[in-house]
Amino acid sequence: MATAASLTMPSAAYGSAFLKRFLRKAIFYAVVIGLWALLAQLKVWPSYVFPTPRGVMGALWAGFADHSFWIAIRVSMRRMLLGYSLSVILGMILGLSIASNKFVEETLGGLLVSLQSLPSICWLPLAVLWFGLTEKAILFVVVMGSLLSVTIAMETGRKQMPKIYGMAGRNLGARGFPLFWHVLLPASLPYLISGLKQGWAFAWRSLISGEMIFVSLGLGQLLMMGRDLNDMSQVIAVMVLIIALGYAVDGLIFCNLERQLQRRWGLEQAS
Amino acid sequence: MKAHAVSSSSEEHRSPIRLARPKGPCSVTPFRHAPTASAKVSLDGICLNYKVNGGRHLLALDDINLQVQPGEFLCIVGPSGCGKSTLLHLIAGLQRSTSGTVKVDGKLVEGPGTDRILIFQELGLFPWLTVGQNVEFGMKMKGISKTERREKIRYYLRLVHLSQFEDSYTHQLSGGMRQRVALARALATEPDVLLMDEPFAALDAQTRDLLHDELERIWAETGRTIIFVTHNVREAVRLGGRVALFTFRPGRVKREFKIDLPRPRQLEDSSVARCAREILDDLREEINKSLEEEYGDGR
Repeated sequence: MATAASLTMPSAAYGSAFLKRFLRKAIFYAVVIGLWALLAQLKVWPSYVFPTPRGVMGALWAGFADHSFWIAIRVSMRRMLLGYSLSVILGMILGLSIASNKFVEETLGGLLVSLQSLPSICWLPLAVLWFGLTEKAILFVVVMGSLLSVTIAMETGRKQMPKIYGMAGRNLGARGFPLFWHVLLPASLPYLISGLKQGWAFAWRSLISGEMIFVSLGLGQLLMMGRDLNDMSQVIAVMVLIIALGYAVDGLIFCNLERQLQRRWGLEQAS
Repeated sequence: MKAHAVSSSSEEHRSPIRLARPKGPCSVTPFRHAPTASAKVSLDGICLNYKVNGGRHLLALDDINLQVQPGEFLCIVGPSGCGKSTLLHLIAGLQRSTSGTVKVDGKLVEGPGTDRILIFQELGLFPWLTVGQNVEFGMKMKGISKTERREKIRYYLRLVHLSQFEDSYTHQLSGGMRQRVALARALATEPDVLLMDEPFAALDAQTRDLLHDELERIWAETGRTIIFVTHNVREAVRLGGRVALFTFRPGRVKREFKIDLPRPRQLEDSSVARCAREILDDLREEINKSLEEEYGDGR
């Protein structure tokens, strides 16, 4: 049984393990960058094909210094937040109705699963024809990218959630929206969180690919601009930026949320 | 023949609580209460049919007639699978019977309501809420003001001796403490009827004894009507003012027993043991039936 004492884990032993892991990672990346620098130094390929780490660092610096990276990050993140929130709300409604209605499950549920095999960027031509070259078209692609993951996660979450919580909630006088908000949603969150995470990752991919095809600020466009200018350093710099941002959201926000959920729900296992 | 069909004299009907005692404190009284207007909970002709695979039907409950008086402590015992938990779900309004009616205060039960709270065998405490928030939940759903809620959380947590754990999460507590949280959560909505489904089955003996004492005390202090389901006859005799014995599938009221032992009682009291013995003889017959069904009739 978890006691209050065992919940506050970070002891000396835990800290040193963390340090060790950090050191191992640092050494790994130092070696990778070192090899890269060495390879670039050998000048097997011209520098516009194979840039040096220093060149990429320089491009990163320049991008942030002239604000073009900041603007791109802001634009892309705004699209992400909007599109992702939309798809979370829509996905929850869809998932719940699929989980609670046999007819909807057999019809709409089946269609959604088959749609999952369609890469979300395939919605772009349709979106452009519907909405023109506007923000709406990009948002549409982002929503289509993550909607299915959220829907399916909500559906399975609602089904896997122990039935006792719903019964206990009704027994204590909850019904309708309060029952959903105070009982069904929190009860299914541990099952939902991995779907939310996946939805975010899919939305991120859809956004970047959408922005690459579609000229209108954002990180994807910066990437394409690097190609147009034949500036390999900028291309790599933007790629690094995209990876870093995706990792930051996944590693900082979602992993934290997951850990907190597990702790509060009492699902935490000794690590 | 149904046990309750054996009708007793009309004098006995007049006052269902105080029945004539033929022998000893634990009287075997095969009787049927006449439906009285004063009954808190009244079950009339409850039948429940389950559809099992292959289109077959399984009769889980067969013509249950029970009257529970206000402030009464009724225990229901029976072999596992006799539908006694299902009956509580029916009273709680979480499930519907095939036929028959459940009435509380003369009003037909058509769904869940905070006038009767069920404490589930598996408790169903919300792990994402603290102990205090769990206790608060029912009151919040009822729309009770925040200040009043705070006051009542404090009161009911004190009642179950958990005041220091208001901000803990339920998985940080022991089994007995969780049991008490469930009790406090149910009591805090101030239901007239408390339905308890084998609440102490999973506890160790010491904790169970302690909770028996507390439940008896809380029952005496709050005057709630309690319907308590258990498979433990001794526990039923220790707690109940009346014990209804259910038959194995389909569940019927086989017999009812008045328990007129003085309170507070203890599980080890010889009088409790003697009463339990009497009921157990009847129960054993039902258990044998259930075993026969489970392991075939070869022997």
